[in-house]
Amino acid sequence: MKKILHLLESDATLTARQIAVMLEKEEAEVAADIAAARESGALLGMRAVVDWEKAGGDYVTAMIEVRVTPQRGEGFDRVAERIYQYEEVQSLYLMSGGYDFLVVITGRSLREVALFVSEKLSALESVTGTATHFLLKKYKEGGVAYKTAPEQQERVLFI
Amino acid sequence: MNIHISSRVRSLKPSGIRRFFDLLEERKDAISLGIGEPDFLTPWHVRDEGIFSLEKGYTKYTPNAGLSFLRYECAAYMSRRFGLDYDPKGEILVTVGGSEAIDLAVRAVLEPGDEVIVPQPSFVAYDPVVTLAGGVPVPVETKVENRFRLTAEQLRGAVTEKTRMLILPYPCNPTGGIMELPDLEAVAAVLRGTGVIVISDEIYAELTYGQKHVPLASLPGMKERTLIVGGLSKSHAMTGWRMGFAYGPAELIGQMTKIHQYAIMSAPTTSQYAAAAALRDGDGEIARMAESYDRRRRLTLEGFHSMGLDCFEPQGAFYLFPSIQSTGLTSEAFCQGLLEEQDVAVIPGPAFGASGEGFVRACYATSVENLTEALERIKRYLEKVRR
Repeated sequence: MKKILHLLESDATLTARQIAVMLEKEEAEVAADIAAARESGALLGMRAVVDWEKAGGDYVTAMIEVRVTPQRGEGFDRVAERIYQYEEVQSLYLMSGGYDFLVVITGRSLREVALFVSEKLSALESVTGTATHFLLKKYKEGGVAYKTAPEQQERVLFI
Repeated sequence: MNIHISSRVRSLKPSGIRRFFDLLEERKDAISLGIGEPDFLTPWHVRDEGIFSLEKGYTKYTPNAGLSFLRYECAAYMSRRFGLDYDPKGEILVTVGGSEAIDLAVRAVLEPGDEVIVPQPSFVAYDPVVTLAGGVPVPVETKVENRFRLTAEQLRGAVTEKTRMLILPYPCNPTGGIMELPDLEAVAAVLRGTGVIVISDEIYAELTYGQKHVPLASLPGMKERTLIVGGLSKSHAMTGWRMGFAYGPAELIGQMTKIHQYAIMSAPTTSQYAAAAALRDGDGEIARMAESYDRRRRLTLEGFHSMGLDCFEPQGAFYLFPSIQSTGLTSEAFCQGLLEEQDVAVIPGPAFGASGEGFVRACYATSVENLTEALERIKRYLEKVRR
């Protein structure tokens, strides 16, 4: 199962049949494993990796450190839910160290991000402080480098 | 002025399929399954070590035989991976790719007219290198029904009193054939009665599927007569670094080092530093890359089989060597047509010896996306030529 998921993680366009051949399994078995992974939530979805800078999308991304007061009985989870339900939130992580949550959000402009922080995030009652870091350039994400070096041009034609 | 060119060099025949390679030159944008090299970049920690050596200013010659600590790494690697013990002081030479090691060994050993047994189809360089050294290549045609292995009977039939060397090219480019222990034992039994020296070209030793590579030198009485050619090009995706290693009896390595000293001086210093890092910390990457090739091997093989192309299941290297006899075309015509009509490059079998006629070589060390598209195009081409 793990091997199937690793393969899909590197290339979600692989068909069950291709995976079956590569891993020496039956196609039906692979299809069933993928279905089971979806069912259990191990496989959450399949999607494209887009470099929006190249694609002409005009987005601003920010990483926001958030300090909160954990809620009684619910710990951090309840606060987390209240944060990640916002559509602007791309990722949310509970962190060890100097702050509690790392929130990754994208917006159309600095102003949009700033408004989100001041009006929505900071307004949550358990949030005690934030520090917003704007992302200047993406080099690598999810194992994919955003700028690929041009391939070596002059190569032997046959060996 | 008419420049005199030695008759030996003149005698090197430009490949019989020159026309195909000219065409290949023009069609650089084709999907290429033609180049026999890894599609991986050299692992970063290895590149970094090369860069670091430059930063430190290690830009001078090394000892002729190679950096001593690299030779120690080579010895540790051979012992760890294949259970063979070589003395870094005298039994190991660092060369410019495996190709140089082959050339040195041939030149060190051959007298004019000596015969060298070369199982074929195999790497294109063996014949010319033997010829240049004044030797006579004696091709032995390995058969698909023998899984492209060299049989004891074939070897026995080829050995004459003039036979000086045997080149043992396994795991084999282009066939993907390997030699397993019983095959090697049978070959060793033939060799024991002779003075034949073996060049065992084990550049693909790390790329076997389903079973580990067994070196001939691990058999009783064989290490004394065997020169192992190794290197990092295939196993560590380091083709451009040109790092080869020769492992063999001190007498032979010593004489080879003499030629190397005059012809090359020493292998590139930067590459040697990187190579040491590759050998020291690269076993994980070897496994990762080999697993990836294995998956693509299965994918491509299944693709060929499902389009009715007769193809031997390779157990080593990263090539498939399907028979195209069912199309009624020659290998060259097949490859030329495929390139012109579908923009896919595979190599005609005769590039690897006359016995390669009726076969083509496809290297599957390229992306699954490329392979999938190439398979689709080959299928379309087959449908057309079979009509």
